[in-house]
Amino acid sequence: MSATAIRSPAIRTAVLQAKLWYAQRISAMVLGLCVAIHLLIMFYAIRGGLTAGEILGRTQGNWFFAIFYEVFVLACFVHAPIGIANILRENFPGSSKVAILPWLLACLILVLGTTAVIGVFTGGVGI
Amino acid sequence: MSENNLKVKVWRGREQGEFVEYLVPRNSNQTVLDVVTYIQRKLDPTLSYRFACRVGMCGSCAMTVNGVARWTCRTRVAKIDEGDSLEIAPLNNLPVIKDLATDMREFFNKWKGAVGFFKGEQTRYDDFAKIKPESEARQLANAGIECIGCAVCYASCDVVASRSDYLGPAALNRAWTLTNDVRDVQQLDRLRAVAGDAGCHTCHTLGSCTERCPKQLSPTAGISGLKKLVAIAAVRGSKWGKL
Repeated sequence: MSATAIRSPAIRTAVLQAKLWYAQRISAMVLGLCVAIHLLIMFYAIRGGLTAGEILGRTQGNWFFAIFYEVFVLACFVHAPIGIANILRENFPGSSKVAILPWLLACLILVLGTTAVIGVFTGGVGI
Repeated sequence: MSENNLKVKVWRGREQGEFVEYLVPRNSNQTVLDVVTYIQRKLDPTLSYRFACRVGMCGSCAMTVNGVARWTCRTRVAKIDEGDSLEIAPLNNLPVIKDLATDMREFFNKWKGAVGFFKGEQTRYDDFAKIKPESEARQLANAGIECIGCAVCYASCDVVASRSDYLGPAALNRAWTLTNDVRDVQQLDRLRAVAGDAGCHTCHTLGSCTERCPKQLSPTAGISGLKKLVAIAAVRGSKWGKL
C-alpha cells in the first residue's frame, strides 16, 4: 500500500468508521450485559413495591451500584451517538449542520447519566 | 401442454416507458426466459434482453419477475406465476439501456472498487500453491466463490437503492472470498477499499441479497465477516498489518 493511499482522507474516514463500528459493537456487548443485570435487579427490587427510599437504601454508599451504573452510562455514551451519527449521515447526506447532534447527545448522556449515578450513590446530598 | 395463454406484461422503453402485454402459450416446464424469447422471436423482434448460457452459469439473464429479481433461465413460470399473468421488468438499481437490458458497468466497476480481483506473486514457473481444501480460509472462500455476477443481490438491496455509492453485496462477497485466498497479495488495499461508509459498514443486514441469491450464497455472512475483519484490522491490526 502506498503512502499516498494511507494519507487519503477517504481512507482515513473509512478507517475511522471501522473503529467506530468496533466501539459500537463492544459497547453493545457491555449494554446487553448491563440491561440484563439491571432488569434482574428491578424484578427483584419491585417485589415489595417501589419507593425512592427503598432504592436509595440499596444504592446509597454502595460502590458496586455506583460503578455498575457508571459503566452502563459510559456504554450508552459510546453506543448511542455512533448510531445516531450513522442514521443522520444516511438520512441527511452531505449536511454538516446535523453533525453536532451526536456530540450533543453524547454530552447529555454523560452528564445526565453521571449526575444520576452520583445522585443515587450520595442520596442527593450535595447535589 | 396447456391450452391456456399466459398474459405477460413486459417493460418497454428505458427509464421512461410502459408495460406492454403479450399473450404467450403456456408450456409445461416453461422458464421465464423461454417466455421472453418467445415474445422476441414470434411476437415482437424489437424486444431487447440479455442471455447467454441458458443453464444458470453466466449470470446474464436476471430480470425482475413479478416484482422480484430472479435468474430467468432457471425460473419456471409454473412456480411463480400469479394466476395466468406474469410481469417482467429490468433489474432494479441499474440504469436501463432498453427494455429488459440494463447497464451493468457500475455493478462491475464496484467489484473493481472493492479490489474484487485476484493478484498473486507467483509466476507460471513456480510450483502450484498448495491449499488444503479443509483449511478454514479455503472453506470460507468456497462459501462465496460460486457467484455468477447476475446482480440479483444488487438489484434486491435496499441500501444500494438509497445509496448509489454503496459497493453492494456482490462486490463485497467477492472481496470477502478473496480475503480468504491465501495466495492474494493485496489484502490491506482490499480492506481499506471495503471499509467505511460506501463499504461493508453500510450494510444494514436486511438479508435480501441472501434470500434472493439464485446460487444460495450468503453475501450477508461475507459482509459480516468483512465488518469484523476490517474493524479488527483498524483497531488492533490484522495478519497483513494495520489499516
